[in-house]
Amino acid sequence: MSSSERGKRQKQRKVLLMGRSGAGKSSMRSIIFSNYVAKDVRRLGATVDVEHSNIKFMGNLMLNLWDCGGQDAFVESYLTNQRSHVFTSVAVLIFVFDISSSEPAADLLSFASTIRALHEFSPNSKVFVLFHKMDLIPSVEQKTTVFRDRAAEVRNTCEAEGFVPGQVDFSATSIWDQSLYRAWTQVIYFLVPNAATIEAMLQKLADILDAKELFLYERTTCLIVTHVSRGPENPYPDRFERLSSILKSHKHSMAKHTGVMASEVSFAEMQIKTGAFMFFITRLTENTNIAVVMPSNEGAFNVARINVQLARKEFAHLDIVEKKGKEVQRVPKEDLEALSD
Amino acid sequence: APNPLPPMRRKANPRFVFMGMRRCGKSSVQKVVVQKLPPADSLYLEPTYKVEHATMHGSFLHFESAEIPTQLPVLSPSYDHASIFSNIGAVIWIIDSQDEYFSSISELLRTAVFLAKNYPSINLDVFIHKTDGLSEEYKYDTFREVRQRVQDELSDVGYGHRSISYYQTSIFDHSIFEAMSKVVQKLLPQLPSLETLLTKLCATCRIQKAYLFDTVSKIYIATDASPTLLKDYEVCSDYVDVIVDIKQLYGWQEQVGAPSTSPPQQQEQQEEDEQRQNSSDAGLIGESIVTYDKTGDGYMFAREVNDSLSLICIMGKGSSVEKRVLIDYNVDVFVDAVVKIFQV
Ligand SMILES: Nc1nc2c(ncn2[C@@H]2O[C@H](COP(=O)(O)OP(=O)(O)OP(=O)(O)O)[C@@H](O)[C@H]2O)c(=O)[nH]1
Ligand SMILES: Nc1nc2c(ncn2[C@@H]2O[C@H](COP(=O)(O)OP(=O)(O)O)[C@@H](O)[C@H]2O)c(=O)[nH]1
Ligand SMILES: [Mg+2]
Repeated sequence: MSSSERGKRQKQRKVLLMGRSGAGKSSMRSIIFSNYVAKDVRRLGATVDVEHSNIKFMGNLMLNLWDCGGQDAFVESYLTNQRSHVFTSVAVLIFVFDISSSEPAADLLSFASTIRALHEFSPNSKVFVLFHKMDLIPSVEQKTTVFRDRAAEVRNTCEAEGFVPGQVDFSATSIWDQSLYRAWTQVIYFLVPNAATIEAMLQKLADILDAKELFLYERTTCLIVTHVSRGPENPYPDRFERLSSILKSHKHSMAKHTGVMASEVSFAEMQIKTGAFMFFITRLTENTNIAVVMPSNEGAFNVARINVQLARKEFAHLDIVEKKGKEVQRVPKEDLEALSD
Repeated sequence: APNPLPPMRRKANPRFVFMGMRRCGKSSVQKVVVQKLPPADSLYLEPTYKVEHATMHGSFLHFESAEIPTQLPVLSPSYDHASIFSNIGAVIWIIDSQDEYFSSISELLRTAVFLAKNYPSINLDVFIHKTDGLSEEYKYDTFREVRQRVQDELSDVGYGHRSISYYQTSIFDHSIFEAMSKVVQKLLPQLPSLETLLTKLCATCRIQKAYLFDTVSKIYIATDASPTLLKDYEVCSDYVDVIVDIKQLYGWQEQVGAPSTSPPQQQEQQEEDEQRQNSSDAGLIGESIVTYDKTGDGYMFAREVNDSLSLICIMGKGSSVEKRVLIDYNVDVFVDAVVKIFQV
C-alpha cells in the first residue's frame, strides 16, 4: 500500500448503510447525496452488491458511504465470505427498517446478525437505527407508539449483541419530510472530527458579528455540520433539519429554472432582511456555506458581511492544517452525479 | 347555509365554488389551495356529502370558496340555488383527466347553460385535472378534446358566445396554483393598473419577470405583460416559500410571558406566530435577494408590499449589484403606487 493510499484511508470515515431490500436505503442516499427529489426515487432499482459514494465535508471529514444492497443473497455474502472486508474499521452503521414491512421478525433477525458481525470487527462503532417510511402511518399517536415499541425491541437486540446503550441511536424517518435531514445531520455531527475547534471559531465569529446564530452547512447535501447560538433560545428546536430541507428545495428550484444540474447550482449570496432579523448565506470554505442570523440593523449587517469574507481565510487555514503532511484526496464530482441523470 | 357577508367585503373578496363529478378532486383542490393541505394527504380524504366552505386566513385576498358535492341537485328548479350562486365570482368545474370524462362534460354543459341563463356574470373556469403522470402528448390531446367538445356542444345549444377558460392542473405541482391565480385575477378590478405598473417596473430595472404575490396563498394577483411561463412562476413561488419559512424560524420575538419552547405544531399556534411576526415587522419592510456566483448578477429579488403582498422578480442579465440603487428607488415608487391602488 502506498503512503498516499494509507493517508486516504485514515481520513475516510466508513459508514455502512444496511437494511433489508426495499427498506429505502438507496432512496435516502440519492436524496441526500445525489440531488434526487422524493418522487424520483421510484426510478431506483434494487442495489446490486455495494455502491460506494464519497463526500468531503469540513476539514478532514471524508465520508465513505457503503450502500449495501439488501437482498438476502447479498446479505448472506456480507456475513460470510466478505465479513471482514465489510465490517472492518466501520465508524458508523446506519441500519434502515421499513416500518411497513410484512416481515418484521425476519428484519429483526437480519439486524441481529448484522450487528453481531459489526461487534466482532468494529466493537466501538456507532449504530444509528432508522425506522423508515413513517409517512405510511397516518396518525401522530400511532407513529409514537410504533416507534416506541420497535425501538424497545431493537434496543434489546443491541444489548444482547454487546452494544451499550450510548452506542445506539434511534430515529423515525421518511423521505417525504425533513425527518430524513434530522437523522442524517445527527450522523454527520457525530462524524465531524474537529467539531469542537470549528464551534470555537464560529463562537468567536458570532461574538464579533453580534449574531444570534451561525450555522455551517455542506453545499451538496445541505446537511448542517455545526452551529452556534447566542441570546434567547429559539423556539424551533427542529429548525436545522428544516433549514436543510428548505435550502435543498431552493437548490432544486433554481436548477429547474436555469436548466442546469442541481449539483452545479450555487448562489453567491442570499439575503433576507426584515424588521425582526437579518439573515445572509455565503460561501465559507471549499465545501461549506455559512448562514448568519442577526438583529435587524443595516449597518451591522454590512459590517458582518465583510467580516465573514475576512474570516474565510481563517477557516481555510483550518482545512489546510488538517491536510498537512497528507496528500489531499479529491472526490471526483462524477461520483455525486453518477446517479442523478 | 353560507354566511351572508357585508356588501363591501363581498365585492373585494374573490369567491368561487368547485364543482365536478365524484372523486374528480374537488375536496383535494379546495383543501390544497385554500387550506394548505399537503397534496399527499389528499389520499386520505373522505367523500363530501354537504357543501363545504373554506376561507383562506391571513391572506391579502381573503378568498372564500365552497365545494358542491356532486349529488346535490343545485341546478334543479326546486333547489335554492341563490344560496350557492348569488355572490360568487366564478364556478370552477373540475374534470378528472385520468378517468372517463364524457359524463363530466355533459354535466358541465348543463351547468354552463344554467349559469348563462341565471347568473350570466359568473365566470366559468374548467380545470382539466390530475395531469401528473400523464405524457405531454396525452395531456395535450385530452385538453384539446375537452375544449373542442364543450365549445361545439355549447354552440349547438346557442351559447357559443359564452367564454370559458381551460387549465391543465394537478395538486402535485405548481399548475394548480397558477390556474387559481388566473381565475382570481379575472375577478380583480385592479388588474389592468397593476399590470401596467409591473410592466413599467420591468422595463426600467431590467427585470425579466415580475409577479405580485399574495404571500400566504402564493397565488399571484398580477404579472407584467411579458409571456408567462410556468417555470418562472414555479421558481418565484418556491422563493416565497424560502423567505416565509426562514422568517418563521427567525422572525419570532421574545414575548413578555415566556415564549413556548416546544415546537408550535398546531395550526392555530402557527397562525398566532404569523401574527406575532407580522406585528414585529413594522420598522422595516422585508426584502430579500439572491445573487449568482461569479457574475454578481442579481438572480431573484423580493420585496414585501405589506404583510400579505410581495413583489417577486426574476432579474435580467446585467442587473448587477451596482444598479441596486436604481432598483430600490423604482421598487419604492412601485410599492407606493400599489398601496394607493388598494389603499392598503
Ligand atoms: N412511503 C415511502 N416509501 C419510501 C420511502 N423511502 C423509500 N420508499 C420506497 O421504497 C422502495 C425501495 O427503496 P430503495 O431505496 O430502492 O430500497 P433499498 O433499501 O435501497 O433496497 P435494496 O437496494 O434492494 O437493498 C422504493 O419504491 C421507494 O419509493 C419513504 O420514506 N416512504
Ligand atoms: N394523481 C392525482 N390525483 C389527484 C389529484 N387531485 C386529487 N387526486 C386524488 O383523487 C381522489 C379523489 O379526490 P377528492 O378530492 O376526494 O375528490 P372529490 O370527490 O371530487 O372531492 C383522491 O384520492 C386524491 O388523492 C391530482 O392532481 N392528481
Ligand atoms: Mg438499494
